[in-house]
Amino acid sequence: MARIVGGVTTSHIPAIGLAMAGGNENEPYWKRFFAGYEPVKEWLAKVDPDIAIVVYNDHGLNFFLDKVPTFAIGCADHYENADEGWGLQTLASFDGDVEFSWHLAESLINQDFDMTTCQEMLVDHGFIVPMALMWRHLPEWPVQAIPLAVNTVQHPLTSARRCLALGKALQKAVESYPDDKKVVIFGTGGMSHQLQGERAGHIDVDFDLQCMESLITDPEWLAGLSNSHIIEKAGTEGIEIIMWLVMRGALQANVNVVHKHYHVPVSNCGAGVLVLENAEN
Amino acid sequence: MSWKKHDYDDIPGTYVFDGETSHSGYALNKLLFSFNHEESRQEFAGDPSAYADKFALSDAQKKALIEDDFLGLLRLGANIYFLAKLAVPRGFTIQDAGAAFQGIETEDFRANLTAKADDLEAKLEKIGGYWHG
Repeated sequence: MARIVGGVTTSHIPAIGLAMAGGNENEPYWKRFFAGYEPVKEWLAKVDPDIAIVVYNDHGLNFFLDKVPTFAIGCADHYENADEGWGLQTLASFDGDVEFSWHLAESLINQDFDMTTCQEMLVDHGFIVPMALMWRHLPEWPVQAIPLAVNTVQHPLTSARRCLALGKALQKAVESYPDDKKVVIFGTGGMSHQLQGERAGHIDVDFDLQCMESLITDPEWLAGLSNSHIIEKAGTEGIEIIMWLVMRGALQANVNVVHKHYHVPVSNCGAGVLVLENAEN
Repeated sequence: MSWKKHDYDDIPGTYVFDGETSHSGYALNKLLFSFNHEESRQEFAGDPSAYADKFALSDAQKKALIEDDFLGLLRLGANIYFLAKLAVPRGFTIQDAGAAFQGIETEDFRANLTAKADDLEAKLEKIGGYWHG
């Protein structure tokens, strides 16, 4: 049976990708941010997952505005990164696991989450920055990866509560897979940031830290907030925080905190990292 | 018929990208989406006006595009992630764009971001359990 070894939250800010490509990790601006990922890398090496499910949003690489799926899952053998016009280095392709993907899609759809299935799917910075943060020190990606894209770009968006429920369905989907696979789930994006408008540069550290604590002990609090409220507090692009709830929903009610890290600012954003394990294994 | 009002309409200085905005900015965002390809970026750089004409923009959208008027483009329906595909290859950072939205210098915009960290250590210590590198 497949099992979830834990969950990780991380930002997926393009500037992080540029800093990694430039080898700038030890510069004063970046040092504390990147140092906070070393415990995550050590934990990943210890639990040694076979598969990473990466919950992220596409920012206009794979999906244009002609078709915007609320929830989409990759069902391909490989996923390519490509030029998205932001000057990021294109990374090596990622291997998928089609049998596992289609199992997840079928289980989620049977649980009333009507996923869009993608047999070709370009993955953008939302997906590759987290992968590089975790594993760029290795010669090749040590896991098979499953992209799970949530629309956080064009409103109406799904809700925080629905994301938590998707996570719960994802747990059932993973744990009903017959093969022995160790699965890690990445909830990416956030934290508070607004890139656009006269309110650009908005960051709310207190709200970010409230979200961090909520994710650990009381995800229902974050799940109960409306999208308008989250936008007001966390900024228009800070709404990405709802994707963290997909990861959290896939874990048990009680979790152990392996690692907790917060840094600000990273580009225009607050950046939070959590590594959570199920309390009962 | 009319467009539905939303709670988020009243957040100051904020342009939530919803159906109404996406509809009004569709042609513009289609042009910006084309900048995923280097050859499109080059073609635009060679003759912005001719390139804009291929996408049926409104006159106001075309003017804002050619003038790198980021706030104008946002108000005319550009999505910020698609707008970045114009701005970044033309040498603007996200902070340059943010400063342009506010009508301030990039240096000041960056200083405002840095100030967010002013009492961070104290806040993290108060909550407890945070990694301190």
